[in-house]
Amino acid sequence: MKPYMTQAKTEIKLALTQGESLLVTIGIPVIVLIGLSLTKALPLPKTAHSATDFLVPGTMTLAIMATGMVSTSIATGVERSYGVLKRLGTTPLGRPALLMAKITSILVLEIIQLAVLAIIGVLLGWHPVGNAIFFVISAVLATAAFAGIGLFMAGTMKSEVIIGAANGIYLILLFIGGIIMPISSLPGALESFARLLPAAALSEALYHSVGIGGGVPLWAWLNLIIWAIAAPLIASKTFKWEQ
Amino acid sequence: MTTIEVNDLYIAYGEKIAVAGISLQAQSGEVLTILGPNGAGKTSTVESIEGYRKPSKGSIKVLGLDPYVDLSKLAPSIGVMLQNGGIYPRMTPLQALQLFHGYYKNPLEIEYLIKLTNLEGALKTSYRQLSGGEKQRLSLALAIIGRPKVVFLDEPTAGIDPEGRLAVREVIRNLKSQGVCVLLTTHELDEAQRLSDRIIILDHGKIVAEGSPEDLMTAAHGDNIRFSAPIGLNLAELASTLDAEVIEERAGEYLVSTAATPERIARLTSFLANRNIAIGDIRAGRSSLEDVFFALTGKEIEPEESPNNRRRSRRRR
Repeated sequence: MKPYMTQAKTEIKLALTQGESLLVTIGIPVIVLIGLSLTKALPLPKTAHSATDFLVPGTMTLAIMATGMVSTSIATGVERSYGVLKRLGTTPLGRPALLMAKITSILVLEIIQLAVLAIIGVLLGWHPVGNAIFFVISAVLATAAFAGIGLFMAGTMKSEVIIGAANGIYLILLFIGGIIMPISSLPGALESFARLLPAAALSEALYHSVGIGGGVPLWAWLNLIIWAIAAPLIASKTFKWEQ
Repeated sequence: MTTIEVNDLYIAYGEKIAVAGISLQAQSGEVLTILGPNGAGKTSTVESIEGYRKPSKGSIKVLGLDPYVDLSKLAPSIGVMLQNGGIYPRMTPLQALQLFHGYYKNPLEIEYLIKLTNLEGALKTSYRQLSGGEKQRLSLALAIIGRPKVVFLDEPTAGIDPEGRLAVREVIRNLKSQGVCVLLTTHELDEAQRLSDRIIILDHGKIVAEGSPEDLMTAAHGDNIRFSAPIGLNLAELASTLDAEVIEERAGEYLVSTAATPERIARLTSFLANRNIAIGDIRAGRSSLEDVFFALTGKEIEPEESPNNRRRSRRRR
């Protein structure tokens, strides 16, 4: 237990002191939320009563994606290339506790991110309508999905490649993930493609659980469940501890 | 109980065989060194004993446990210094020591380790920005922080600074006196000679020699005189003058198999002086491990980013 606690504290501290990572995990979501809520520069879903109905769940999606995928993949990839993962393998910490510590760090960081976005959202006039349990379940499923994708990248790619790939996917999903504009405003084929990805499913689930209310559509649940199982499974099968 | 017991170890990476049938034992309080050139299979062997890889064939026991299968049980009792890296690049030495301090039940004091490895001046510098020597010293401190029973040091003196070299010696001396078993790899003969109780020389994944440093030196040549001079000296004439066997080891490098008494050295130099032959250098004394290695493998030990080994560069000339 002591090694795990030590490691979890370290992981959290490292995540909260990495400048570029904080920009992606907190800076950009906050800027997007404030900027688009005030300017209303991009289209909103017809069902939204206010910009924050859509943009708070959207930026929460962005935040979960940033921590689960971008931050985790880059940090873990660097640890792998520096032999940190290898070295920790022969300490009493062991791999299961290391993984637990990483998950703990992701969850703590997400709680901070979601709290920041919720507070700013309220200041911008956000009135959440929906279902707190759906919110937690979809956030947890999406975290498993994105962290699985992040660890898959960390365990198979070179750290320089990871930085480019993770930030690239982040940028693409920002546009086609139902985050800053609804996927219904995308061209038909792109919209269908977007529905297969976990970002759009999460933004849809959050839109209904803390945005406008109503049930979360079945496609979003199925999407999240499949990604939450498949991504960590693929990561664990392909992960190489040494580069 | 034997602390480390390796039987008929084979390690293959695909088609390539890195280690081809090694057996070795090491006891508590013993410093065993695996010596060999690049690609001899040193790191593959050590990393298998550390539990990082599964042997293709053969068995390994460390403190009675199979390190690959029971790594989690073994980990509290071993300390590992990897050949490089192993520490978070953004972490300072102090943070790294604090982190590892938290992994073990009864760790050494951080203050003590800082002093021992002379890291006072670098405590607030991130790992990425440490000098090569500081990185090595930190890695050494982390290898012993958990009061291990077995310590693995993979090339601890490669690219190290003089302070680090002293720290490595000091640490190994301490560990030995506390009954810790130390498994060391190196390509540096002087270090191996100085630090080891026993040396195993590895080449092409096989053990080519094994014994105490003294045993190995005696086995190779015994006492001798070496000198360099123009190629093609008359060996028979020289042998009768010196009353000892003389061979031209390599072009222009001569080996006289006899103790380097002042009288014999005088005879050699006057022989050369009479014939007006220039002498490059002359070295008297016991064989070094380098000679042992050359005698046993027919190859010189290749330098591995070690900046200045005088003897080696002289040999090259």
